[in-house]
Amino acid sequence: MINFDNVTKIYPNQNRAALENVDLAVNKGEFVFLVGPSGSGKSTFLRLILKEERPSEGRIHVAGKDLARLTNWNVPKLRRRIGCVFQDFRLLPNKNVYQNVAFALEVIGKPRRFIRRVVPEVIDLVGLEGKHERMPDELSGGEQQRVAMARAFVNRPMILLADEPTGNIDPATSIGIMKVLDRINRTGTTVVMATHDAAIVDSMRKRVIELEYGKVVRDQVRGVYGQAY
Amino acid sequence: MRSNFVFQEIWVGLRRNLTMTVALVVVVAISLSLLGTGLLFVKQVDSTRTYWQSKVQISVYLCTADSANSACKGAVTPAQQAQLQQTLTSMPQVENVAYVSQAQAYALFKQDFSNDQSYVSTVKESDMPPSFEVKLRNPEADYQIVSSAVSGAPGVDSVIDEETILTKFYRLLDGARNAVVVVALILIVAAILLVANTIRLSAFNRRRETGIMRLVGASNFYIQLPFLLEGVLAGLLGWVLSAALLIGVKSLLLNNLQQYFSYNVGLSASDLVEVIVLAMCVGVLLCGVTSFLTLRRYLRV
Repeated sequence: MINFDNVTKIYPNQNRAALENVDLAVNKGEFVFLVGPSGSGKSTFLRLILKEERPSEGRIHVAGKDLARLTNWNVPKLRRRIGCVFQDFRLLPNKNVYQNVAFALEVIGKPRRFIRRVVPEVIDLVGLEGKHERMPDELSGGEQQRVAMARAFVNRPMILLADEPTGNIDPATSIGIMKVLDRINRTGTTVVMATHDAAIVDSMRKRVIELEYGKVVRDQVRGVYGQAY
Repeated sequence: MRSNFVFQEIWVGLRRNLTMTVALVVVVAISLSLLGTGLLFVKQVDSTRTYWQSKVQISVYLCTADSANSACKGAVTPAQQAQLQQTLTSMPQVENVAYVSQAQAYALFKQDFSNDQSYVSTVKESDMPPSFEVKLRNPEADYQIVSSAVSGAPGVDSVIDEETILTKFYRLLDGARNAVVVVALILIVAAILLVANTIRLSAFNRRRETGIMRLVGASNFYIQLPFLLEGVLAGLLGWVLSAALLIGVKSLLLNNLQQYFSYNVGLSASDLVEVIVLAMCVGVLLCGVTSFLTLRRYLRV
């Protein structure tokens, strides 16, 4: 599903590589934790998948597409197959829960009837039934993140990228968030989650990729957060 | 494409930076109406020119009993008059010669100054000199030859080239036109900068929305269209205002100017429509193209 082929990324005006010779593959339906200290290259990894950045060297394939050969024109099509969740939720403050989720479908031109059918399903899936009319500032952090996940998932992407989705959320609520991510993963969606949260990584027992100074220093099938290597 | 979604976005964008939008609309309106006024002036000068070109080009005024000119020794005699007519008609440069008697001259005078009766009442028929109205085949080149052939001849008071009088008038109109066009061009530059700034602000105000749109895979076209239409809509609003202003300019300024110079060359309604349509094209293109170029800088993939 995601293939990194000796990828190196050096940002302009920086001598150190943000990612260095990263060579890995994530298969369809996998759940992968991306761990490592700040500045280790987790966000760069995610941005490369979205083609928000281009690799300095190496090749990246996402959903069978060679990103280097993808024209700008086709980048939106790639992004429709990838959902994104962030630490800061990125909801639209002037739209309610339903409108926030529906927005993702409206802007890619989905018909209204389709939106009316699909959006409530996804809102139920993330556990926000009955809260369609709430505005983001009336929701707790955990609930806001659920809205963001509903928005990321509403177009049934093949891949869900989550950049520290529990970073702003207390541990108890985080468990609920992880349950939703797990539920999404069980529908066959590949999930890549960058995180600092050791407890979550340890409890989920999923594949862990650890980055340090841009290099992959650990890649375990059923890993924990802080295991020595 | 969900059109109501796009329109909603345009409305939100225009409302959010209302002050900028108002400034933009006003500047577009003024620059377009100045440009249009310039074009109206051009048309006015053209039509005036063709009007006068078809008329008399040289007037040969003949002596009257009380001419101020010392070359005149009493009123022109019938023999002198016949001689002059003979000279003029025989010249190859002359297309035709018409004699205007004192009575005819007075009638014309009364007609031309019909809106100033007090002036008319001070002039008697005998004050009006009779004249030969000479039409030349090629006024620019032949004026000198014809003029020198008759000026100073017995019975001739003065020879006046209508062109020289009209040239002053043309110069006035041309000057006004140039001034108007220069100001219009400066304002158009200001309008372009304002469009760019408005769109930039608008893009900044909605960076959250556009960021999400990019992430969920909205096409560039879909992301940019509301901004583009926002610029075009502002341009159209400005154009509507400028159309009103241009109609005002035509009916107040130009029509009065025409009355003042007492000639009868009006601009037709179709001239006005032509200028207004042109102003619309300029306004929409200006706003649309500027918005598009600005967006390419501020809303990248």
